[in-house]
Amino acid sequence: MSIDLKTVKHISKLARISIDDEKANKLKGDLNNIFEFIEKLNELNTDNVQALTSIAETTLRFRKDEIKSENIREKILKNSPEENKDFFVVPKVVE
Amino acid sequence: MSDITSQSLFELTSNVKEKKLSSGEITKAFIDRAEKSKKLNVYVTDNFEKAIDQSKKFDSNPNFDLKLPGIPIAVKDLFCTNGVRTTAGSKILDNFVPTYESTVTQNLWSQGAILLGKLNCDEFAMGSSNETSFFGNVQNPVGENLVPGGSSGGSSAAVAANLTPVTIGTDTGGSIRQPASFTGTVGLKPTYGSCSRYGIVAFASSLDQAGPMTKNVRDCSMLLEVISSFDQKDSTSIDYKRNCYSKELSKDIKGKKIGIPKEYRVDNMPDEIEQLWKNGISHAKDCGAEIIDISLPHTNYALPTYYIVAPAEASSNLARYDGVKYGFRSPGQNLIEMYEKTRSEGFGDEVKRRIMIGTYVLSSGYYDAYYLKAQKVRKLIKKDFDDAFSKVDAILTPSTPSSAFKIGEKTNDPVSMYLNDIFTVPINLAGLPGISIPAGKDKNNYPLGLQVIGKPFDEQNILNISYALEDKINFKNDISDWWLSE
Repeated sequence: MSIDLKTVKHISKLARISIDDEKANKLKGDLNNIFEFIEKLNELNTDNVQALTSIAETTLRFRKDEIKSENIREKILKNSPEENKDFFVVPKVVE
Repeated sequence: MSDITSQSLFELTSNVKEKKLSSGEITKAFIDRAEKSKKLNVYVTDNFEKAIDQSKKFDSNPNFDLKLPGIPIAVKDLFCTNGVRTTAGSKILDNFVPTYESTVTQNLWSQGAILLGKLNCDEFAMGSSNETSFFGNVQNPVGENLVPGGSSGGSSAAVAANLTPVTIGTDTGGSIRQPASFTGTVGLKPTYGSCSRYGIVAFASSLDQAGPMTKNVRDCSMLLEVISSFDQKDSTSIDYKRNCYSKELSKDIKGKKIGIPKEYRVDNMPDEIEQLWKNGISHAKDCGAEIIDISLPHTNYALPTYYIVAPAEASSNLARYDGVKYGFRSPGQNLIEMYEKTRSEGFGDEVKRRIMIGTYVLSSGYYDAYYLKAQKVRKLIKKDFDDAFSKVDAILTPSTPSSAFKIGEKTNDPVSMYLNDIFTVPINLAGLPGISIPAGKDKNNYPLGLQVIGKPFDEQNILNISYALEDKINFKNDISDWWLSE
């Protein structure tokens, strides 16, 4: 299996990372090398193996459903890239 | 008394408790040395002014019952620190100042430690040489133009160069143990669930663990005791009774069964690594341990498995960096363009590569072939260890297949870089504890490490075995301070 340029562009779109043709070509080479290495897993027959879902094999615990009211709006907005008192600001979404 | 900065954590805490040294004196000594050590590039952000204030505060009202009384400590820049910039080695978090504290760092401060600053690391902990950091590579104090290992490269260099008494790093596939091995220091990755992941910038959530990096095994036990705790804020934190690791530390390992896995004898492994391993085995025998040959048949599949699982989890975790709520933003005509430009300009090449791998293996039509397959193989790898641990108490292997390499030597070949983690990755996949201790040197006089792997939650046992081996090995890290400036 090999990854072509079209696939690289498609993945970059899914990953929301814009890349130019030069970078895409470089990535194509890297990804193919890495996947060649990963393909080794196909040597193994895993038909009757159950996939690992949790390393600790514990069930998630429950906690009490309590209201912990804290006014942290300022803290949450503190690192916002564009200043606004009450909201995160992004480019216009609705035309 | 020896020079302050070369003292171990044990010595420093004893000296503070016996009032031979003040927190202020210790803090100042480490800051003075850091000012002369800029060439190593270990710090991304220093906290020196605040640290001095805090040390004075400690000295004016000292509490000697604490486990880290007024001890200054620098930490990897992957731990969120309230009010102190946290970058994860990335441009995308260049301006990020957390408004909360990670649980493991909070555990340090609650025991009296003082934050010295934030240490350089590979971007989002993705790398084995600290060369993917947005803030530049770190010099290994062992020799000029050598990598300090990665991703906790600033941390390993800082401990080896006496710029912090101890530190904490994180380990997803070897990021504590490999840099420890490259710098002649001790690094422990605890059992998955031992240390809280709350407030640690996430890389691969099913593999990430924080752990101590220190000059010696005793310090390592002291620090693990402080940072390991059950935490409601991490849903995978495990509630079990933790040992008083430093109190229960013992060199008595008589009768312990130590396994030697034949699959770790990899092709082209240098003779000096083979010899190092043999020496370790003979030291363990001298200590009264029983050596047992074991097999971990799926070892060769660990790295390919890791390079599916880790990037898959990373691509999900890093989806949050979109320029909306925090971090770097590159403006765009519309929302999508803003996302794409932000992520394209904000992430470095290795991070992009891993996001791309992860996105691909999770994308429609490929999930079964890659991700599901990898999780099945991961089960087999874990079973290998389960089977082995029915026969032995611990496993002894080399930490890395080579010593530290030159800066730039492997940057153009991602796969050869990934091979660095061949002995450490399986332990993360199986969620086990593992420790690297310095065990010898190669022909260039660069340090080499041995790894002791334990059963889940059996950190005490691998600490004890390491403590016994450390005593027999008697490693000396003769570092010449070549980087110091006036």
